[in-house]
Amino acid sequence: MGILSKIATNNGHGEDSAYFDGWKAFDRNPFHPTQNPGGVIQLGLAENQLCFDLIKDWITKNPYASICTAEGVEVFKDIAIFQDYHGLPEFRQAVAKFMGKGRGGRVTFDPDRIVMGGGATGANELIMFCLANPGDAFLVPSPYYAAFDRDLSWRTGVQIVPVHCDISNNFKITREALEAAYERAQEASINIKGLIITNPSNPLGTTLDRDTLKSLVSFINDKNIHLVCDEIYAATVFSSPKFTSVAEVIQEMDCNRDLIHIIYSLSKDMGLPGFRVGIVYSFNDTVVNCGRKMSSFGLVSSQTQYLLASMLSDDEFVDNFLVETSKRLAKRHHNFTKGLEQVGINCLKSNAGLFFWMDLRHLLKEKTLEGEIALWRTIVNDVKLNVSPGSSFQCTEPGWFRVCFANMDDDTLQVALNRIAAFVQQDKESEKPTKKRCSRIFASASHRGSTNKVSCRRT
Amino acid sequence: MGLLSGKATCNTHGQDSSYFLGWQEYEKNPYDEVQNPTGIIQMGLAENQLSFDLLESWLARNPDAAGFKRDGQSIFRELALFQDYHGLPAFKKALVEFMSEIRGNKVTFDTSKIVLTAGATSANETLMFCLAEPGEAFLLPTPYYPGFDRDLKWRTGVEIVPIQCTSLNGFQITETAIEEAYQLAQKRHLKVKGVLVTNPSNPLGTTMSRNELNLLVNIITEKNIHLISDEIYSGTVFSSPGFVSIMEILKDRNCENTQVWNRVHIVYSLSKDLGLPGFRVGAIYSNDDMVVAAATKMSSFGLVSSQTQYLLSALLSDKKFTQNYISENKKRLKQRHRKLVSGLEKAGISCLKSNAGLFCWVDMRHLLRSNTFEAEMELWKKIVYDVKLNISPGSSCHCTEPGWFRVCFANMSEDTLKLSMQRLKAFVDSITTTLHNQSNHQSIKNSRRRSLTKWVFRLSFDDRVTGER
Repeated sequence: MGILSKIATNNGHGEDSAYFDGWKAFDRNPFHPTQNPGGVIQLGLAENQLCFDLIKDWITKNPYASICTAEGVEVFKDIAIFQDYHGLPEFRQAVAKFMGKGRGGRVTFDPDRIVMGGGATGANELIMFCLANPGDAFLVPSPYYAAFDRDLSWRTGVQIVPVHCDISNNFKITREALEAAYERAQEASINIKGLIITNPSNPLGTTLDRDTLKSLVSFINDKNIHLVCDEIYAATVFSSPKFTSVAEVIQEMDCNRDLIHIIYSLSKDMGLPGFRVGIVYSFNDTVVNCGRKMSSFGLVSSQTQYLLASMLSDDEFVDNFLVETSKRLAKRHHNFTKGLEQVGINCLKSNAGLFFWMDLRHLLKEKTLEGEIALWRTIVNDVKLNVSPGSSFQCTEPGWFRVCFANMDDDTLQVALNRIAAFVQQDKESEKPTKKRCSRIFASASHRGSTNKVSCRRT
Repeated sequence: MGLLSGKATCNTHGQDSSYFLGWQEYEKNPYDEVQNPTGIIQMGLAENQLSFDLLESWLARNPDAAGFKRDGQSIFRELALFQDYHGLPAFKKALVEFMSEIRGNKVTFDTSKIVLTAGATSANETLMFCLAEPGEAFLLPTPYYPGFDRDLKWRTGVEIVPIQCTSLNGFQITETAIEEAYQLAQKRHLKVKGVLVTNPSNPLGTTMSRNELNLLVNIITEKNIHLISDEIYSGTVFSSPGFVSIMEILKDRNCENTQVWNRVHIVYSLSKDLGLPGFRVGAIYSNDDMVVAAATKMSSFGLVSSQTQYLLSALLSDKKFTQNYISENKKRLKQRHRKLVSGLEKAGISCLKSNAGLFCWVDMRHLLRSNTFEAEMELWKKIVYDVKLNISPGSSCHCTEPGWFRVCFANMSEDTLKLSMQRLKAFVDSITTTLHNQSNHQSIKNSRRRSLTKWVFRLSFDDRVTGER
């Protein structure tokens, strides 16, 4: 008799995947401009570090929002004992308002449909528990966020059925592809309970166009299956087209709303992953009810709810924040992608997210998964950049890499660009670059970088 | 095909139980000294509201913790980004030291073996996911915390098989009771993966004896199963005998480096000892590296907010504060407990002798119309709707004997507690008179019972101290 459960001993957590090897390489040898200029630069972490100044400023100016300051301590007790799984009403109202503003005011959200989850991680798992039984399946267009394998499947027993998308039509999700995947699943006696999409997409950084979104809604409606839209990157849209939420689309079409659910979080839009604010927003009353009970397993700390309720109710702050974050992301994205273009590296045209989808197919020695992994290992170990290989996102086409751009300062970004330029150059010069030449090149490249302090993510 | 999952449509969450219905009634008509003096007094909520002043004065002296600062420097960015499921090292260190302090430093804990979770709710569920398959079972002594039905069973598919404990020996766990539970599990074709106990006990308010703890170690050794000790109330032990943690027993028996050592896991939380349930701070402590590794990964589904970890790491690192808090908190709990017990005594009600927790296990068997759970429900409804006290009926805690109720004492002011006892006394006086005037027959003719009941209701209404509706 196994003393531990299968879940505890299998690798359903997905942490043995390549995605994490790059992180390990970074953890062992993290870049620092002065203390470790030869270290690995982290380009695999989708964090938004561009707007902390705005948030810090607000916190400094609003001490009452903390329950621990002299100005706020009178509510300490009430907040400290508040564990109601409905969540603080002011918190729900503020989040609903923020979600609306993040979608340009084109749709309003009902605070009573807001259910908390332990980050989007907890929220995604929760919605699976509500919608599917062990053994049921969800369609997931690939490439998709690597940790979905853990979040959607590990403890829930729900299967992921990927719907592969590729560059032939810019990775669009087509009705045909969905129908085909659905049919194949039926034939294999796999019970499809729904479709889950991330919009804006991780790892592509693109938003779904209105027509595609409508076709997805119509598809799930026809099949009477659920549609879960993970809109965690909604407010990271930095250029046109504007973001269209599924909430907006269902306003203009006939659809069974009991099938529509949104996952949200403040981890990307606001850059607060440490605060564990995940949201399940369902148009299905039973799901809201059940989800709320399940949220007991991952409520947001009341201290955090209280702080964010104040912050997100401040219209002036929020309006300015949303404008600024867009601007700064746009600039970063532009600088990085333009820099890459200059050395002949293209990326999928994108308008959102904290990363872009880089095309290195032309650098592959072999157009295979092995070729991609070999190139990736070179980039991590020799060029010393942790980027994420497309295969870790279940991309079926080798040679694509996700590169994050919002989790470091401008100077570090420049160092990264320089290293890539050097690598590409040297790759052109020779079939088999020697390690020595490579490291000499990137070392000089990194010294061209700044001497400004780079705050390491390590704590 | 059901549109939603089985879990979404079943009621394994247990929230249709009376435990939660009483809460709902309270929500509709909550007592307030000024605004609603005839409302329902909440005595079903095991919260510790007695020592907030100590926390608040610490905050006043330590503004850095509030302002995302360390030594005057802002660490906001660091905290905002910190989502490492290994937890903030400073917080884990402070937490294990606090746990050790609560146990009189008789045992020490290793930071590499602790996993932070979103409350004990999440810790308990996570342990089930790690230790058992759907359909397997854990044995739990009754009566037990009603939330376990949800926490241990709902999403995990794990079953609970009760170890029946009775008032004959103060609800202590016996070898016979455990064997019977095993047989019951076998009959139900359930593989037993472990035993879960709450020590100090909820709802009994008692610490487990060394005998019981040793018995448990024997059983899990013999049967090669796990033991989870939910020690969420360990800091609320206010009188003798003191608290003996399962870790202490294992140490005394030289169990380190044995197989059984790896099968013992502790659950902890700051919701009861520090009175901070809103902050969602729970922990799993396990000697088994694989359990720690798996639980750590699972904690991704419910991490503790970094803002909260930081605040509490500062708080719990202040040893002067923790020492004072632990002893002052105990004093206040002891005092409050005494007030409840004497208030009950005045109403002719006794309770199980207890030395811990935020509640008493109250014996109202003598007030039951008959020795049945129907009669317990009837009595409970009267207490909630007429006497306007939300207390928890023993049946909601899976107690096998009707007539026991859990009554909390640390979640209201002293005046409110006093008032609740006055209401209770008035109620008891009225029905005791009635019961005394009846014959000793358990059954009464229907019409007579109806008019008797009406009379009882009217008396209790008129005698209410708080005045008319």
